[in-house]
Amino acid sequence: MIMEDNIDTDMIYHNRYLQITDPLEMGQYIFDNLEGYEDFAKKAKPGDIVFTGKNFGAGSSRQQAVDGFKTLGIQAIVAESFGAIYERNAINAAFPILTYHDLSSLDLKDGDTVKIDLVSGKLTNISNNNKTIIEAFSEVQMEIYNNNGLF
Amino acid sequence: MNIIEKIIASHSGNKSVKPGEIADISIDARVARDFGGPNVVKTLEEKNLSIDDVNKTFFTFDTNPTGSDQKYAVNQHIVRVFARKHGIKVFDINNGIGTHTLFANGLAWPGSTAVTTDSHANILGAIGAFGQGMGDKDITAAFHKGKIWFKVPESVKLEFIGERPSGIYAKDIVLNLLNRFGANSLLGKSVEFYGKAINKLTLDERITIASMGTEMGAIILLFPPNQEVMDYCEQRTGRKLNNIEADKDAVYSETHQIDISKFVNMVSRPGKPHDTVDIRSEKRVRIYSAFIGSCTNGRMEDMRAAARILKGRKLAPGVVLKIVPTTDEIWQQCLDEGIIKTFKNAGALFSNAGCAGCAAGQVGQNGPGEITISTGNRNFPGKQGKGSVYLASPASVAASAIAGYITSEDDIPDHAAVFDFISDEVENIDIKHDSAEHPKKIRKYRAGSG
Repeated sequence: MIMEDNIDTDMIYHNRYLQITDPLEMGQYIFDNLEGYEDFAKKAKPGDIVFTGKNFGAGSSRQQAVDGFKTLGIQAIVAESFGAIYERNAINAAFPILTYHDLSSLDLKDGDTVKIDLVSGKLTNISNNNKTIIEAFSEVQMEIYNNNGLF
Repeated sequence: MNIIEKIIASHSGNKSVKPGEIADISIDARVARDFGGPNVVKTLEEKNLSIDDVNKTFFTFDTNPTGSDQKYAVNQHIVRVFARKHGIKVFDINNGIGTHTLFANGLAWPGSTAVTTDSHANILGAIGAFGQGMGDKDITAAFHKGKIWFKVPESVKLEFIGERPSGIYAKDIVLNLLNRFGANSLLGKSVEFYGKAINKLTLDERITIASMGTEMGAIILLFPPNQEVMDYCEQRTGRKLNNIEADKDAVYSETHQIDISKFVNMVSRPGKPHDTVDIRSEKRVRIYSAFIGSCTNGRMEDMRAAARILKGRKLAPGVVLKIVPTTDEIWQQCLDEGIIKTFKNAGALFSNAGCAGCAAGQVGQNGPGEITISTGNRNFPGKQGKGSVYLASPASVAASAIAGYITSEDDIPDHAAVFDFISDEVENIDIKHDSAEHPKKIRKYRAGSG
C-alpha cells in the first residue's frame, strides 16, 4: 500500500532508463526514485497488488512505467484515480488497473490477501472478509484485456 | 459541441459526440521520438505490422539529440534504418522538440489531431489542435491503423476577467493556475480558455500555458485561435484554414471565472510543479544554477526576454546558466538577432535545440545540494538529478542568475551577491531596501521549509 497522491512516472520509472526497450530489464527499476520504496522491486512478489492514491502515474508517456510492473508479476494496481496517459498505457498493455472511491470499510493492511472481480467490481479482503465495490473494468478495457493487449 | 467534441466528431465520422463515449479517432500526425520510437519499431517488426500512411507518420529526435548516450545512439540508428526502409520522414537531431516541429512544419493546425510519445503533446492545444502524449503501444497502433480509441473527456471552461498586470509572464499565468487547480482537480478534463486577456496572448505565450496542462492532470488546455495563430498556421501549412470554435450551446461540466489582475510572479517550490507560491516568499534564496529552455519556455519570446535582462550583465559569481532553445529555427534566429552573443557575454552556456534537462544526460542536470531555478515544467525529486529545482519564468530565471539568489525582473541588484566559497557565507550583497518585501538577508533553501 502506497497511499500517496500524484506519484509521477519519474518516481515509478526514472527517465535515466528510458532507452530500455526490453521489458525483462524494466522491472528492476520500478519505484527506485520514490522515497521509501527504492527496494520495491526486490521485495515485490509475483501476484502482489499495489494500492495507491489519486493521479497515480501522472507525468510522462513512458510505457515502461506500466510494463515494469508486468515484469515483476504485479497482478494489478488499484488507485483512487490514474494519470490519463498512464491509464491508457495500462489498458493497452492488458495490465489490470482499477479505481476506487473509498476503501475504508476494508480495513486493508500491507500483506492482506484480496479478491477482485473485474466484471462486478466486488473487492473482498480475504484476510478479514470485509467487502466493498470499486469501479469494474470498462467495456473497452475488458475487450483489450481479453485480447491480451492491443495487438 | 465544445472544441474537443468538435475535433473528435470530425475525426471519427460522428455527427456529434458526448463525454464518456469511446470514439475511434483518425490521427493526422502519428509521431514517435528517439524515446519511445525504438519501442514502437520493435513492436511493429516483431508483430510484422504495416504502416497505415507513411505521409502522416514521422519520427522526431529530441530527447537526446546529441546521441551522447550510446544506447540512445543505437536506438536512433535503429529508427533511422526502419524509417528509410518504409519511407518515413525523420526530423533528425538537428531539428529540436518534436511537438514544436509539428506546428512549425504545418503538420498540426487548428482542429487537427496528433499523437506522439511525448506527454506534453497536448501543447498543441496552443493552436486549437488535439495533441496527446501516449505510450509506445498506442503510438504503434496509430502507426499501423491510423486511428486510436479515445474516451471523449468532459470539458471545463475558464473565463478570464480583468486586465493582465504588466510583468506577469505566461509562465506566471500557468503557475497561478496550478496554484488554484493543483495537480489533479482537472484530471482527465479538456479545458477551454476564454476572455479578453486570453485573446491577446501570443502564440509563444499560449504554448507555455498549454504545455503545463500535463502538470495539472488535464487532457489538454485548448486556446481558441486568434488572428496571429491562424496567420501562423496558414503560413506553415501553406493553405487556407478554417478556425475552430465552440458552439454557442456547448456543454461544460464546470465553468470557472478567473481574475487575471490578481496574478503575481510565481515559482514552484522544489519537488512539485503545483507547489506554487508568490516569488516574494522565496526571494533571496541562494541559487547555484539556472536553466532556460524546455518545451515550456524555449521559444523566441523566451529567448528575447532572457536576452533583454542579460544584456550588458554578467552571471553572479558561482552561478551557471544553461540555455536551450526548443527548435533549431529559434537557435538560428538567436544567432541572427545577436542574442547568442548576449548570452555568451553574460557567461551562459548555449546549447543545441532539444528537450534538454527533462531527459537524463542532457543539458540541465544538477547534483546534491545544488539549488537550481529553471523554466522547465517538472521538478519532481530526482528528475533532473539529486539537487532541488524551482520553476519560474525566463525573466525571473535570468534575473536570479544575475543576482545569485531568487528574485524577479523588477528587483535586480547592480552587483551580484558574493559568497565565500569555503564557508558559504555572504561576503557582499547589494540590496538597497530592507523591508518585508525586499529582505536584506540571503537565505538557504531547506526542504520542507516555508
